[in-house]
Amino acid sequence: MNASIFQPLHKYASLMHFHRLSKAASPWVAWCSAALFVPGLIGGLWLAPADYQQGDSFRIIYVHVPSAWMSLFIYMTMAGAGAVALIWKIKLSEIVMRASASLGASFTFLALVTGSIWGKPMWGAWWVWDARLTSELILLFLYLGFMALQNAIEDRRVAARAGAVLVLIGAVNIPIIHYSVEWWNTLHQGPTVSKLGAPSIDIAMLIPLLLMVGAFMTYYAAILLIRVRAEILSYDRNTAWVRELVMAGPNGR
Amino acid sequence: MNEFFAMGGYGAYVWSAYGISAIVMAGNVLLSRRAERELLTRLVERYEGEAENDAET
Amino acid sequence: MRNDSTTILITVVARDLLRTARSQTEAIYPLVFFALCVLMFPFAIGPDAGFLERIAPGILWVSALLAAALSLENLFRGDYLEGTLELMVVSDAPLVLIGLGKSFAHWLLSGLPVVMMSVPLGLALAIDLDTLLTLVSSLLLGTLTMSLVGAAISALTVGLRGGGMLLALLILPLYIPILIFGAAAAGNAARGLPADAELYFLAGLMILAVTLAPWATAAAIRIRMS
Repeated sequence: MNASIFQPLHKYASLMHFHRLSKAASPWVAWCSAALFVPGLIGGLWLAPADYQQGDSFRIIYVHVPSAWMSLFIYMTMAGAGAVALIWKIKLSEIVMRASASLGASFTFLALVTGSIWGKPMWGAWWVWDARLTSELILLFLYLGFMALQNAIEDRRVAARAGAVLVLIGAVNIPIIHYSVEWWNTLHQGPTVSKLGAPSIDIAMLIPLLLMVGAFMTYYAAILLIRVRAEILSYDRNTAWVRELVMAGPNGR
Repeated sequence: MNEFFAMGGYGAYVWSAYGISAIVMAGNVLLSRRAERELLTRLVERYEGEAENDAET
Repeated sequence: MRNDSTTILITVVARDLLRTARSQTEAIYPLVFFALCVLMFPFAIGPDAGFLERIAPGILWVSALLAAALSLENLFRGDYLEGTLELMVVSDAPLVLIGLGKSFAHWLLSGLPVVMMSVPLGLALAIDLDTLLTLVSSLLLGTLTMSLVGAAISALTVGLRGGGMLLALLILPLYIPILIFGAAAAGNAARGLPADAELYFLAGLMILAVTLAPWATAAAIRIRMS
C-alpha cells in the first residue's frame, strides 16, 4: 500500500494526527449538532401541523425515524470500518468500529422503545410484530452479539478483527433478514399498511425530520470523536507522544 | 402552553418518547466524557508511578 | 500424498467422522437433544393433537435450530485444544477447504441425524405424509445452511469463556431467515398450499452460504490463531 494517492490518507490514519484533529473538530461538531437539534425540535414539536389521522402522536416520528436510521447507518459504518481494518489492518478503523457499537445499540434500543410507544395509541398494543420493528429487534441482538464478542476476547486487536468478521457476516445478512421478516409479517398478518414507514409525507412535516436526522448524525460524530480520542490514548499509552500530551495539559486536555 | 404539553391527548406518549431519547443520548455524552476523564487520570497515575520508579533506580 | 482439494476435503470430513465414531455416545447427543426439545412442547402446551399438528412445523424447526446451535461448540474445540487448529493454519492446505470440510462434517454428524429424526417425531405430532416430505426437504436445506454459517461463528468463538452460550447468542439472529422460510414451507404444505417459493428461497440461502461462509470460517480461524 505505498501508492502515492494514499500518502495523505496515511497521515490521518496515524493515531497521533487523528487525536489532534479530533480535539480541534470536537467543538465544531458538537455545536453543529446543537444547531440542528434546536430547529429540528421546534419544527417537530411545534411548527409541523398535526397529522390528520394520528393527531399529535405522530410527532414521535421525529425521534423514532432518526434513531432507526442511525441504528442502520452505524452498523454499516462498523461494517465499512471492519472491512478496512481486516484488509489494511489500520488501527484507527478498529477503534472507530469498536467505539460505534454501544452507540448503535443505544439507537436501536431507542428506535424500539419509541416505536413501541408510538404503536400503543396507533394500534392499541405495545408490540404488534410490525416488520420494521421486528427487524430492529434482530439488529439489537446483532449489536449485543458484537459487544459480547469484544468482551470475550482479551487481546484488543484480535477482538477487533474477529468483530470485523462478525459485523461483515451481519451486514450481508441484514438485507436477507429485512426481506425475510417482511415476508413473514405479511404471511401471518395479512396486508396491513405499516404506519411507521413514512409514506407520503407533507413538506412541512419532512423538514424537521431531515433536521433531526442531521442532528442525530452530527451527534453520533461528536460522541464518536470523544470515544475514539480516549481509545487512541489507550492504544498508544506506551508511546512518548501520549505521555507528553497527558502530563502536559490540565488533565491532558 | 397547556395545549403544547397535552399534545392533543397524546402527551404521555410523546413526552415519554422524547424523554427517554433525551436520557439515553445525554447519558451517552456523560458516560463518554467520564470514560475519557477516568482514562486520563489512570494514565497520569501510571506515568507518575513510572517516573518515580525511574528516579529511584 | 496428493494435496488436491478433494483429498483435503475428504481428510477433514473423515477425521471428524472417525473421532466421533470413537466416542459414540457423544455422536447421539444432537439426536437426543432434538427429541427432548420437541418433547418439551407437548408438556408445555398440552397433548391436544389438533393444536400440536398446527404448530408442529414450528416446533420441529425451532428444535432443529437449537440442536444445530448447541452442537456447533465442539466443531473446532477439539482441534483447538489439541493444537491441530494451529497446524492447519500453518500448513499450506487452504483454510477455505478446511472450513468447507468442517461444515460438511458437522452437517453429517448433527444436521442429517436431526433431519432423519424429524420423521418419527413429525409423525408423533400428527403431521401427514405430504407435509412431512416438505418438512424434510426444508430441513435438509436448512440444516446444511446452518452448518455452513455456524462453522464460521464456531471458529470465531472457539475456546472463549462464555463458550456455547456466546456462540448461540451470535448465531441465532443469523438463523432467523432460515427458520422463517423453513417453517413457512412446512406450514404451507400442512395447509395444502404450495411451498415451492419457500423451498427455492431456502436453496438460495444454502447456495449463498456455500459460496461465502467457508471464506468467513477461514478468516475466523486465521484471526483467532494469530
